[in-house]
Amino acid sequence: MQQALNRALDEVLAENPKAVIFGEDCGRLGGVFRITDGLQAKHGEQRVFDTPLAESGILGMSVGLAMAGFHPIPEVQFDGFAYPAINQIVCQIARMNYRSRGTLPMPITLRVPSFGGIRAPEHHGESLEALFAHVPGLKVVAPSNPHEAYHLLKYAATRPDPVIFMEPKSRYWQKGDVAPEHGGSPTGAKVQREGRHLTLVAWGAMVARCLQVAELAAEDGIDIEVLDLRWLKPIDADALATSVRKTRRAVVVHEAPLTSGLGAEVAQLITQSCFDTLKAPVERVTGFDVPYPSGDLEDEYIPNIDRILFGTQRVLEYRRG
Amino acid sequence: MDTLTPVASGDAAGPLTPAQLRELYSLMVAVRHLDTSAIAWQRQGIIPGYAPEFGQEAAQVGSGYAVDTGRDFVFPTYREMGVARTMGVDMVAYMSTHKATWHGGLYDPLKSRLAPIQAVVAGSVLHAVGWAHGQTLAAAAGADGAAAGGGSGVALTYFGDGASSQGDVHEAMNFAAVMKAPVVFFVQNNGWAISVPTERQVAGGSVAARAAGYGMPALQIDGDDVVAVVEATRRAFAHARAGNGPVLIEAMTYRRGPHSTSDDPGRYRSLDEERDGAGADPLERFRQRLLADGIGDDEFFAGALAAARAEEEQIRTGLQALESRPGAEMFDLVFQETTPALQAQAASWREESEHV
Ligand SMILES: Cc1ncc(C[n+]2csc(CCOP(=O)(O)OP(=O)(O)O)c2C)c(N)n1
Repeated sequence: MQQALNRALDEVLAENPKAVIFGEDCGRLGGVFRITDGLQAKHGEQRVFDTPLAESGILGMSVGLAMAGFHPIPEVQFDGFAYPAINQIVCQIARMNYRSRGTLPMPITLRVPSFGGIRAPEHHGESLEALFAHVPGLKVVAPSNPHEAYHLLKYAATRPDPVIFMEPKSRYWQKGDVAPEHGGSPTGAKVQREGRHLTLVAWGAMVARCLQVAELAAEDGIDIEVLDLRWLKPIDADALATSVRKTRRAVVVHEAPLTSGLGAEVAQLITQSCFDTLKAPVERVTGFDVPYPSGDLEDEYIPNIDRILFGTQRVLEYRRG
Repeated sequence: MDTLTPVASGDAAGPLTPAQLRELYSLMVAVRHLDTSAIAWQRQGIIPGYAPEFGQEAAQVGSGYAVDTGRDFVFPTYREMGVARTMGVDMVAYMSTHKATWHGGLYDPLKSRLAPIQAVVAGSVLHAVGWAHGQTLAAAAGADGAAAGGGSGVALTYFGDGASSQGDVHEAMNFAAVMKAPVVFFVQNNGWAISVPTERQVAGGSVAARAAGYGMPALQIDGDDVVAVVEATRRAFAHARAGNGPVLIEAMTYRRGPHSTSDDPGRYRSLDEERDGAGADPLERFRQRLLADGIGDDEFFAGALAAARAEEEQIRTGLQALESRPGAEMFDLVFQETTPALQAQAASWREESEHV
């Protein structure tokens, strides 16, 4: 996936002379995850550059660059270090188009290595999607595999609106084919596996885990559909309706804490469109309402296969009271 | 640069005694040995990650040595192992963070006077100012405040040249100067913020130069000279303790080796550059000095190394014996007063993971 993202950025720089990439260590070092590896050497220090260590500065500067007609593609080094930039993201980037009555668009693609699963220190693994998705004026997307990463990033980096691009860092080293010519639609959700009995809705790293769960469940004759949400804002309500109208049961899986998480949003969208056909209430299998724990407890926190299976079981065995 | 006016106070007075110099050396050896061991532990899979401080021993031991753990409070980053060791923090509990057992470490910050390990760059610089202002408030409250443990303490906050780019640091300096808070800003300028060298990080030539803009005295010192570090830190403490407000110390040092155990410095600097930038090894330099002054001999140096080795072994054994925290703590320690939602989640976690 790291290579797919790198290739997408390389092409974006080649195709759009206004695209600029910057952040901490993304120039000479190529980023701590090497996503921008070689881009400075190839495209020059004007197009790809290191900034001082200041996230508020990086995102605030993006606003001015956008006003000057550029397409900034900033990086924050780890999800937890987006917090120092939240003020600029929420109060400025998300509102400038509105504030300026459409005359100052904010075509900013903020890349955020996201989510946990790599036993990293505190703040190096967080799930901020609900926080971003809640903010009017921001769009949010998370790829689940190299192919999606390539196409979604290329698409996001050409949009006229701010997009938060959440890269699942536990999947950076995942290998997989990228078919550059066959991206399909870069918007909306995508069914990654067809099934009849239940829909698992997930995004980012959790998609792969849900596909594993589907494999296991298939051994017991349970046919699970896995819907990769991809866009966390706007959420593809039609795809949710289509899938759940077919399977009549749904479980949402995410790493972020339960309370006020995106699972609640997804569940409501499903309830609204499928109330008459649902055989059971929509379930959620999520992280807990605790700070993202230290590496040793990470496996207890991130939904594992067992917990997802318990969730599917609750839905499959649900009986009206 | 030295813009600090001398304060007549017992704190800063008097040169270090031979016994103190030997103690400083022993501390530096212990820290060096533990630091290089921790890198090896990472390679051996005993700990998943570590932020080395190889070459920064003088800056850390020297500054930590000036702390009065009876009344001061220290706010570290993720790299202050040497400060922690100098302050007498339980090193197994300290290293637990690097073992990924618990965020912040398993030591008691109130007892040890060392705030939890901080992963956010510049995250705790403002906290130091708040704590220091608390000392001013407690002192103003008179005997009550002093009895509650407040009054004459100084906050010592650590950060790097990279961290000095954060807005929070500028806010902290301004707050401290406006409020005359007893805080010492201790910058370890090790030349690098991961791959970015100081000249691409700090405008204006130095972090110390910024102090003038806040009306704050600054000391730019040789951070590889442990004696100079002790003396500068003591002077800064005396100044702050006497009610004269904050001081900034910029200790010039060099981060040898990688930024962390997952960093590859070969991508941004050559070994030649490293040799040129690093200068003399602070430990070896101090050894030569003690030897020349007749304060330490080979027997003493060998003894210090042997003690460091024994200590390292003890810490490693302790660390290896350290088990993961019980999962229930994940839920128990979120609040002082838990919530129904959290209790429900804890219950289902217990059921589903059969941890009863
Ligand atoms: C707010 C924040 N942004 C980014 C990071 C990632 N990061 C960790 S250390 C570091 C460089 C810090 O450099 P410096 O402050 O000079 O201290 P040093 O590591 O050299 O001791 C970066 C960018 C972080 N920990 N916190």
